[in-house]
Amino acid sequence: MIKFKNSEITPENIYKKRRSFIKSIGLSASTLAMSAIPFVNKSLASERDKLTSYKDITTYNNYYEFGTSKSDPHRNSQIFKTTPWDITIEGEVEKPIKLSMEEISEMFISEERIYRLRCVEGWSMVIPWMGFSLSKLLSKVNPTNKAKFVEFESVYDPAQMKGQRYPVLNWPYNEGLRIDEAMHPLTTVVTGLYGKKLPNQNGAPLRIFIPWKYGFKSAKAIVKIKFVENMPTSSWMWASPREYGFYSNVNPNVDHPRWSQATERIIGEGVWAPRVKTLMFNGYGDEVASLYSGMDLKKNF
Amino acid sequence: MSRYSKTLVFFLSLWPIYVISYQIIFNKLGPEPVDRIINHFGEWTLIFILLTLSMTPLKKITKSVEWIKFRRMLGLFTFFYASIHMLSYVGLDYRFDFEPLINDVLKKKFIFIGFSAWLLLIPLAVTSSERMVRLLKQNWKKIHRLIYIIGIFGVLHYIWLSKTIFFKPLIFLIILVILLLFRIKITRSASKI
Repeated sequence: MIKFKNSEITPENIYKKRRSFIKSIGLSASTLAMSAIPFVNKSLASERDKLTSYKDITTYNNYYEFGTSKSDPHRNSQIFKTTPWDITIEGEVEKPIKLSMEEISEMFISEERIYRLRCVEGWSMVIPWMGFSLSKLLSKVNPTNKAKFVEFESVYDPAQMKGQRYPVLNWPYNEGLRIDEAMHPLTTVVTGLYGKKLPNQNGAPLRIFIPWKYGFKSAKAIVKIKFVENMPTSSWMWASPREYGFYSNVNPNVDHPRWSQATERIIGEGVWAPRVKTLMFNGYGDEVASLYSGMDLKKNF
Repeated sequence: MSRYSKTLVFFLSLWPIYVISYQIIFNKLGPEPVDRIINHFGEWTLIFILLTLSMTPLKKITKSVEWIKFRRMLGLFTFFYASIHMLSYVGLDYRFDFEPLINDVLKKKFIFIGFSAWLLLIPLAVTSSERMVRLLKQNWKKIHRLIYIIGIFGVLHYIWLSKTIFFKPLIFLIILVILLLFRIKITRSASKI
């Protein structure tokens, strides 16, 4: 009988995780194939996977740099200048780099990525983003072994962003991810939507999108990406640490102190459309749940 | 002119209904229609609380008692809009699904205080008639002082539901504080006499 060393045996939970990872790859591949055939896609897709209209995606935004009302970003961002635009990747890296938007669009090919967006306020959209995995961009630098987290800093320009003239949030907008979250293939650098250039009100010229987290985690108009050793304090954590945790994964079982997260309203549906149940990790659990195995998600909200 | 003023104020007070009807008919409620309707009536409830509270100061400033005859109607409109606000939340948004609703009222402080404000409006609406004024005598005034607490609860409801420091709820707060300060001045000068 062949003897195995204990260390050689894959623990069951990791094995299962591998299976679900493989499964999820298959699933996303098949979804991708399906999205290539719009008619088939349309007939198969359930109501909750129906694309939100371009108009709703671009006129109903939370982007406090341009004002706190949903219609403000569209109204106040039209003359916002996004050229020239540089992004620095720095912090706990061997050699910091600075890339212009032109360089980035030459280096990486944006593909269509259809993801659900769930806002912490209890509404959701389905958005056909254009983008690529953040891991590709981050692979341009070598993080030191001190690096544990990635911090994202949005642009600070109160002359152009009138919302920044008020202390609504701790400007510039700041967000963060754990390195494994940032390197996850679903974590996307967004450069466009609906096959077009990213509109200013949606975070042009470059933003990130993390489909399994509440929308505010996906920072817009990014100018700086920084590898850091300690967990960054995001702007929303500054504003109210009791309400906004670092992780902010979509979780119907953990209520926000102000509103329940069990259900959501789908943007674009009529007055009579009912709320729908919110899915754990916004429906991306197969892909991302393993990032949080063994963690108490009520405590790490 | 003053004979028709009450009718005029009545039809003007229906303004929020005209606006929302127009938006419903011409499909102008925007991407989140349910939220729009709830917020619309919530905001107008606060405006009507402030209008109701403005009548006594206006009486003092203009030295005309004319204003007081609108006070009851404006107060009842406050209750009317508060009820639509609450019903659109309970019925339109949560479809009378009482389990999450009770959960919200008990756990979310902004809903708790908003719901409390609506409950406190009920005795005021019930005792608003001329007969009740006569029946309750001095107690009527005491009961109707609840409107100060309702005003504070209503504005807190708005402030607490805002994610950070928002402009609009602060405007409501400032106006409310000014209107309440008038009361302190009034009672002081009254006690001097």
